[in-house]
Amino acid sequence: VAAKTRSARSRRWRRDRILIAFMVPGLLYYAIFHYGALFGSGLAFLDYVPFLGLAGSRWIGLENFQRLFGDADFWHATLNTVEISVLQLVFFFPAPLALAMLLHSLTHTSIKRFVQSVVYLPHFISWVIVVAVFQQVLGATGVLNGFLADSGLHTVHILGNPDAFKPMVIAQVIWKDTGWGTIIFLAALTQVDEQMYEAAALDGASPWQRFWHVTLPAIRPVILLLLVLRLGEMLSLGFEQFLLQRDAVGPGAAEVIDTFVYYQGIKSGDFGFAAAAGLFKGVFGVILVYAANKIAHRLGESGVYR
Amino acid sequence: VKAQVRPAWQEKPHPLTSTAKAVAIAVVLALVAVPFLVVVSTSLADPADVVANGGWVLWPQHPSLAAYSEILSGGIVGRATLVSVVITVVGTALSLAATVLLAYALSRPAVFGGKPIMLLVLFTFLFPPGIIPAYLVVKETGLLNSYAALIAPVLVNTFNLVVMRGFFQSLPAELYEAARLDGASELAMLARITIPLSRAVIAVVGLFYAVSYWNSWFNALIYIDTPAKWPLQLVLRTYVLAGGQLADPSAGEAGLLAAPQTVQMAVVVLATIPIVLVYPFLQRFFVKGVLSGAIKS
Repeated sequence: VAAKTRSARSRRWRRDRILIAFMVPGLLYYAIFHYGALFGSGLAFLDYVPFLGLAGSRWIGLENFQRLFGDADFWHATLNTVEISVLQLVFFFPAPLALAMLLHSLTHTSIKRFVQSVVYLPHFISWVIVVAVFQQVLGATGVLNGFLADSGLHTVHILGNPDAFKPMVIAQVIWKDTGWGTIIFLAALTQVDEQMYEAAALDGASPWQRFWHVTLPAIRPVILLLLVLRLGEMLSLGFEQFLLQRDAVGPGAAEVIDTFVYYQGIKSGDFGFAAAAGLFKGVFGVILVYAANKIAHRLGESGVYR
Repeated sequence: VKAQVRPAWQEKPHPLTSTAKAVAIAVVLALVAVPFLVVVSTSLADPADVVANGGWVLWPQHPSLAAYSEILSGGIVGRATLVSVVITVVGTALSLAATVLLAYALSRPAVFGGKPIMLLVLFTFLFPPGIIPAYLVVKETGLLNSYAALIAPVLVNTFNLVVMRGFFQSLPAELYEAARLDGASELAMLARITIPLSRAVIAVVGLFYAVSYWNSWFNALIYIDTPAKWPLQLVLRTYVLAGGQLADPSAGEAGLLAAPQTVQMAVVVLATIPIVLVYPFLQRFFVKGVLSGAIKS
């Protein structure tokens, strides 16, 4: 039997050899830059010396992790990460939903299209430019302070102010991605059955009641799915935004796990230690996705995977 | 203005509600548009006007392109723009080729190794490579400080791959059966059936790749040591955000430092222009719903 399946497999191999050739560039990419990197995560268990390489460096077991868990800066970065994630969840997450409701309620399709085109645009602008634009508007010599000074009011210290940093990064995310985030909610909203609204209205339901009892239940699966995804990504904040502004406000306010890894590893050359922090984040991220998915199942939704 | 007919059951909105909505829309539009306007105006303004107004203008009183001719007349910005254009064009072509080929092979039913490969690909969603291991791989493969380091580590985007494979799978199987009976090879089927029927999704994935190559700077920061090889976004980061000097040290810094604000904003505009140029095309595909359909799947 084994010989038979082997010959069947070799027949399939021969039949599919062109398709297999098609796969080669993509598979090489995954093998080297994903699975090679996964293998390279073993760095976290080494006293890595670049000169000696992976093979030559000494195996030190969990020493890097012990150092990591005793490192106050690491816990501070973790706390910042979680804090900013929670702030995003509370203030950024509902924003696209609200804007989608507003857009969906517009009866003039051409106005709706126009507003959509404008609000999607910032999503495609790089973080470097977004931060530069914010500097021009909210910086010490920016638009806002120019107005305040002209009106004889006190100017405000926003950029470069560690205390204002967290609200600031939330504002940036809201500016950049609220419009883009409406796409998925708008798609869900257009799929709500018109007849449900009609029936509710005929039964005397007010617009608010129709929203509460028709719209919200209909888009609940989408909201929950996005919440689950967001929860699973709790420790990944898209760290470009933080790296770009960390120097201006200092690590106290702006250090997140990703910037911690960058500064410890690439900047200071403490590769094994930084890799341990990165691996901790990766493994914890997988656990978070798993947990969030479980929660979705509990709530009766299909979640991200079964 | 085209207006949809209000269904009979829906009550006429209260004038206050309509006004509140109009105000909300105007505020949203202004929040997006005014910052862009200030950036463009400042880049076009007379440096003296900018200084007199405290660092910005809403509208250029004496518009000039001086800032642009300054940054484009050689020096580091001109060089970086060229690097960005080449990386974007070459990277997009390579990424698109690798993605189409892999997505096509994985979309064929019962292809050799199809299921395990798909699982291995999807697993990378869950566990993306960390910064340090990724750096190590680039170093070990000898790509450090080469342009290839800006393309190879991001060659295939798993989300794009999954979207494309899903679209390929939705094409009618009968077309392939008919082609096979005519003795068409896999290459012929890809070229004559799959690609012509998937133009829209290939275009949108290509645009996504192009935008991400154009916008990327972090890989250049960690992989490229020589500033002469930097792409535009990294130059922007160093000279606008980190407050470095824009002047080429060998060329002397006269003039450039006299009006940093106009010049800085000109660099911002230069880095934004390609995005605004491709945006209408991206937009077309949202309207067609290609994307929302893809996201839902």
